[in-house]
Amino acid sequence: MKYKDYYEILGVKRDASTDDIKKAYRKLAHKYHPDVSKDPKGEEQFKAVAEAYQTLKDPEKRTAYDNLGRHQPGEEFRPPPDWGQQFGEGGFSFDDIDLADLFGSLGGGRSRAGGRRGNIPIPGQDYEVTAPISIEDAYRGTELDLNLSVPEYDGKGGVHRVPLVFKARIPKGVTDGERLRLPGKGGKGLNGGPNGNLYLTIALQTHPLYRVTGHDLYLDLPVTPWEAALGASVDVPTLGGPVRLKVPAGTNTGQKLRLAKRGLPKRREGEGDLFAIVQIVVPASPTEREKALFMELANASKFNPRASFPTGDGK
Amino acid sequence: MNIEPTEAQWLHDQAEISIEELAELSGLPPEMLLELVDYGALTPVNAQLPADTRSAPWSFTADCIVAVRTAGRLREDFDLDANALSVALALVERIHGLEAQLQELQTQFPRLRGKR
Repeated sequence: MKYKDYYEILGVKRDASTDDIKKAYRKLAHKYHPDVSKDPKGEEQFKAVAEAYQTLKDPEKRTAYDNLGRHQPGEEFRPPPDWGQQFGEGGFSFDDIDLADLFGSLGGGRSRAGGRRGNIPIPGQDYEVTAPISIEDAYRGTELDLNLSVPEYDGKGGVHRVPLVFKARIPKGVTDGERLRLPGKGGKGLNGGPNGNLYLTIALQTHPLYRVTGHDLYLDLPVTPWEAALGASVDVPTLGGPVRLKVPAGTNTGQKLRLAKRGLPKRREGEGDLFAIVQIVVPASPTEREKALFMELANASKFNPRASFPTGDGK
Repeated sequence: MNIEPTEAQWLHDQAEISIEELAELSGLPPEMLLELVDYGALTPVNAQLPADTRSAPWSFTADCIVAVRTAGRLREDFDLDANALSVALALVERIHGLEAQLQELQTQFPRLRGKR
């Protein structure tokens, strides 16, 4: 088991009062809590802070922690020989767990466990996991390999880590931020209590072509100045394969051309739309001939896109 | 090894949820959930019924699960009472709404422009 210095994590002295510990925790929670903080690394930080606080706020656990002795953070260690008898009820295997599991299993650690006696059925914990999937997978539906490591409590105060490996079938129709439930895939229930559930939050990965909002997709559609002016038929990639799209004559940059029902499928029925946003693109290094033709157009055209600007000394 | 995949369920397809089930899912005591309804942070499906109606108790849509789990976390981690929680929930919901709007706008903003 690796040692963690809970006092150092909270930034308090080892003889800090419970009140000081609480204050230090709150300060850090405001800074790192994932529901509050914008720090992308906040969640990780908060977990460490919360773990330290869970143990140090409880006088009994704090004593148990102090009795582990002092070690360097990250150092491999084993609790003193009689520690298990003194604070738990034995049954620990210290190798495959971390400190949080250990203190989570100590008296009252699992709030719903109601002590360590009982034959009371205890429902398993719920887990939440973020599942990054590609836009293509959201379009077709997919199977996801989940590989988690979770603490398992034996109801007698013992705890060890077990791998939780399974496949989840993600139906088509999910979109970014969607929540799904995998019934019974949370923590194991004790004494006949039901297993917990696992909640999946879908996070769509960024795509080189498409941007997603809800079930609609947006795509930049680069066109030449002459295609925009004269109109054209262009091939547009969609998730279901290329589709021919008519760019009407006189199309401007920023105009949205809608390809109905070419977005992501919806849960029950129907599909979102695909919007192609027109971008007029000029050649970066035009040939002499192209330059000459543009010049000819410039001389021949009376078109003034800035007609709405006030006239005056601007010339 | 061939593992039979577990079907992921849509939260929306769940039947309506009782206040006891919400309590179980969020770790919030039922009394606190009732207070959250009072403050308008949670809206039952049959909101027109008074809270003490025994015959037809309040039920909630499964969408509430996300909100109450957030509430459960916030209460646990920040030690909030129902009043503070309902304010926090309202703000969290507004932020989510704004983020969704922002994302929608960003998807419409062409990417090409920056790439020159």
